Amino acid sequence: MASTSKFQAFLTETGDIARFTGRYFVQGVRPRFEIGELLRQCFLIGYNSFPLVGLTGFIMGLVLTMQLRPSLVDYGVESQLPVMVGVAIVREIGPVITALIFAGKIASSMGAELGSMKVTEQIDAMEVSGTNPFKYLVVTRVAASTLMLPILVILGDTIALLGSFIGVNIRANTSFTLFFRQIVNSFNFGDVLPAYIKTYFFGFAVGIIGCYKGYYSKKGTEGVGRAANSAVVMSSILIFIIDLIAVQITDLLGIN
Amino acid sequence: MTPDAPYEIRSAPAGQAEQQTPAHVQQGQPAIIIEGLCKKFGTHIVLDHFNLTVGKEENVVILGRSGVGKSVLIKCIVGLLRPDSGRILVFGKNIPDLDHEEIDRVRAKVGFLFQSNALYDSMTVRANLEFPLRRHWIAIDQKEIDEMVQEVLDNVGLGHTADMMPEELSGGMRKRIALARTLILKPEIILYDEPTTGLDPVTGREISRLIVEMQKKYHTASMIISHDMGCVKTTADRVALLIDGKCYTEGTYDALKRSNDKNIAQFFE
Repeated sequence: MASTSKFQAFLTETGDIARFTGRYFVQGVRPRFEIGELLRQCFLIGYNSFPLVGLTGFIMGLVLTMQLRPSLVDYGVESQLPVMVGVAIVREIGPVITALIFAGKIASSMGAELGSMKVTEQIDAMEVSGTNPFKYLVVTRVAASTLMLPILVILGDTIALLGSFIGVNIRANTSFTLFFRQIVNSFNFGDVLPAYIKTYFFGFAVGIIGCYKGYYSKKGTEGVGRAANSAVVMSSILIFIIDLIAVQITDLLGIN
Repeated sequence: MTPDAPYEIRSAPAGQAEQQTPAHVQQGQPAIIIEGLCKKFGTHIVLDHFNLTVGKEENVVILGRSGVGKSVLIKCIVGLLRPDSGRILVFGKNIPDLDHEEIDRVRAKVGFLFQSNALYDSMTVRANLEFPLRRHWIAIDQKEIDEMVQEVLDNVGLGHTADMMPEELSGGMRKRIALARTLILKPEIILYDEPTTGLDPVTGREISRLIVEMQKKYHTASMIISHDMGCVKTTADRVALLIDGKCYTEGTYDALKRSNDKNIAQFFE
């Protein structure tokens, strides 16, 4: 009985999110366009997330290199270390880890911010002030998150590769040029483009879930906390689901 | 009653309260006419064929116990909630029939002071005041905006707070800033949702007096939701009592105070 009602609640929420997403597209293409707020959100989302994404990327690249080295040494292919780390970071680990960090920071902040605005009637005040709150608050945030995550992933991947370069040079002596030339030469179309395209979907999912949870948070401070928390959990799960679908699609299209 | 019909004040149930309609109200066209307004949430009926008329430059207080639907009523008036049935004519336009653009045009003439003040906490006081101006009056230039912001801040006695954040202000100051944000569009109607709730008695009296001052200065019609009898006494030209989703009675503060009806008298004990 309890599992039936949970399943019903799951279906209801899925439907609500689908409707919320539909409303995003309908409102997003209708004037008036909130360009100023969109740019402000791009700055806030991108700028505020960059230090965390950069730090995580650096550590990820460094640690991955140090962990991989012993295995490659055992097989006598230590020279392939930059290629292995590069492909792993660019194809999978970079986009997914960056998206998860992004979800932890941005989805929770969107959930908490919009939830608190809802509780304190700021969203109603905005509507009374002649502003479409969905367009001003939701469309701009989702668009900014969709646009900013791919940029953060590129920056995060670059910093991760720098970390990897330092990791390689802890035990060996490789020049900067050689290291990066080896990585770039090993890349092909199937390594870079699908990984880059899926980050737009990650960013969109984080934005939609963060805004949905905040916009429809129940009254009270407990509701705001719950909105922030469930925004992170749900957007993180969605990132993995999207990643799985993306891998299947690229596999089907033969661009692996 | 049509929007163009002469203003008539609805009689309270016989013997409950004496009617004293202010002279200026009798002369003008009404600012708000509510007819047969019904609103329910699930099976809970909140408003049940509620009727009320508010004249131009008249202060009408809606008095009622907590949870009877006073806030629902004013949220229906400004289009934040959609009634199940009935008409809400604001300047002759039926709010439930309006599309988004039309309702925005009406909202430009209707100020709303929220119970929680609803100041945007990520913006300075100045940005809070500029926000409705920039949304409603797109062609306005920065110099005019600055002058209007300073004018309303001076009017509420907080001219020095423009660059402060809402969190730096006391409860009374936030209420004044919220009132300034409401006044900046020079509305013809202001809806107040429990303007003195959460304030100490002294600040509550100051806010009540400020409401009356601003009403006289800006010549607005006001609908004030309250159960603070001090605020009711100070601000009301007329009091409407909301009980069981209906307008139980309406009249002046003094008239209602003299009533022997126990439903009315309980508010004045």
